[in-house]
Amino acid sequence: MTPDLITDLYVFVLAGFVGFEVVKRVSPLLHTPLMSLTNAISAIAVVGSIAITGEQRGTLSTVLGTIAVTASTINVVGGFLITDRMLKMFKKKRDPKAR
Amino acid sequence: MTEPLLGYLLDAAYIAAAVLFILALKWLSAPATARRGVRAGEIGMLLAVAGALLRHEIVSYQWILVAFFLGSAIGVPMAVFMPMTAVPQRTALSHAFGALAAALVGTAEYYLRSPALDAFTMTALDLEMLLGFLTFTGSLMAFGKLQELLPTRPITYRGQNIVNLSLLGLAVALALYLIVDPGATALFPVFAVLALVFGVLLIIPIGGADMPTVISLLNSYAGLSASAMGFVLDNKLLIIAGALDGASGFVLSVIMCRAMNRSFTNVLFGAFGAVQAGARAQVEQRTVRSASPEEAAAILEAATSVVIVPGYGMAVAQAQHKVRELYEALTKRGIEVRFAIHPVAGRMPGHMNVLLAEAEIPYDRLLEMDEINPEFPQTDVALVIGANDVTNPAARHDRSSPIYGMPILDVDKAKTVMVIKRSMNPGFAGIENELYYMDKTLMLFGDAKAVVGEMVKALSGTGRA
Repeated sequence: MTPDLITDLYVFVLAGFVGFEVVKRVSPLLHTPLMSLTNAISAIAVVGSIAITGEQRGTLSTVLGTIAVTASTINVVGGFLITDRMLKMFKKKRDPKAR
Repeated sequence: MTEPLLGYLLDAAYIAAAVLFILALKWLSAPATARRGVRAGEIGMLLAVAGALLRHEIVSYQWILVAFFLGSAIGVPMAVFMPMTAVPQRTALSHAFGALAAALVGTAEYYLRSPALDAFTMTALDLEMLLGFLTFTGSLMAFGKLQELLPTRPITYRGQNIVNLSLLGLAVALALYLIVDPGATALFPVFAVLALVFGVLLIIPIGGADMPTVISLLNSYAGLSASAMGFVLDNKLLIIAGALDGASGFVLSVIMCRAMNRSFTNVLFGAFGAVQAGARAQVEQRTVRSASPEEAAAILEAATSVVIVPGYGMAVAQAQHKVRELYEALTKRGIEVRFAIHPVAGRMPGHMNVLLAEAEIPYDRLLEMDEINPEFPQTDVALVIGANDVTNPAARHDRSSPIYGMPILDVDKAKTVMVIKRSMNPGFAGIENELYYMDKTLMLFGDAKAVVGEMVKALSGTGRA
């Protein structure tokens, strides 16, 4: 357990720093899509939810898991779709050919 | 497939997903590569989900498929048909869903593994559930306020902070107790309810104009909750994705706080409600100059450079498409039109940019505060549409003003200022805006959409003849 904890903490701290550095560079123009994209990415919680639901370890965990998978799926599907929908609107000059 | 081989493949898929998530955020840094970032995120997610489904421990797919179907049936229409003006609400709602998922998985894990939980795992579980539950109800409250199902004004009462903090203290105490004695299953529901209630109480005193900070903070909490889940499940991909989301939300909240010259504690616990009463009392009778849309159009026509300052009022009036028409009418005459975007304009970070992009205004016309502020002295007309506190010069010089020190758009330095406003009511902070009483300021009273529409009509009437 202990070596795992240490590695997990390393991973968390490093990922946090990478997050800081990368997000700091995002133009304020795109702060709204940034929030919806990170939200979609953190819906990776779906991975944990799938495990709880699929391992069939009891009624309670299956019920909670199913709700959790539903909620994360909404975020995964909806989050990526809406981010792309927003980004499609950002155009430099009006181009008659572009949709 | 043999057991170790599958294991390696899963690890490879998770590592690839982590790399893709980081690239997704990196590519989001500029509009030109941003959509590639979304693709990278999607592929990463696909890999992660496929990996999760292939694990040997998964014995039944029935409920997973039901949930996939349900989630898509709700998520897809929400993303496709939702109007862009509703982006802040949808974002709040998605924070609620994300947090709910983390909290429920935490709950299930607790009941499955208690009392055989070591202190470390229980700490992670505590954090996952505390953050998950409070973000769930907090985000629902934020959604309610943004959708105007709930009053958007701060709701305050005497001793509010004491109530909130003692509630949080109690929840933390229970969490600590559960670390010492993970078998105390009777206490667990109490802990969950406390976290849920705290989420509600935390958001009640927060007003609409503080939403950009709050929504960023909730974003961060939802990410950290997912990261804590990664510690519980010893899943490094979850830890990474959660940490990225947590960092992103945190960076955004810091930017928002700085743009309002306030601290986190001030936003969360110092509702503006108390200030309002004091500031209202000292309102004095002063006169303003008002003008008609036609007169305004004539002044705009004579200008060579115009800066438009949009605010939440533009979003409420749904005036962004009329603003685009005005932009085009002026640009056609060779007038340089730019937009000045304050970081906290609107109800979430970047809100104005999305609305103006939706109205097909080229994004290279949208300038940040630091870029546009030096330009105001050379600007003929600054046109303020539905923005208030972010243009108040008192923030620069009036030490007694509640917004003193807040970085503002230096609209008052333009040669002429026009303000489209419904009435003389003070803005969210309840502070008089001295900009309105300046000699060079013209007030255009009315609904933003209607006023801008009439300006466009006046411009097209004179231009072609």
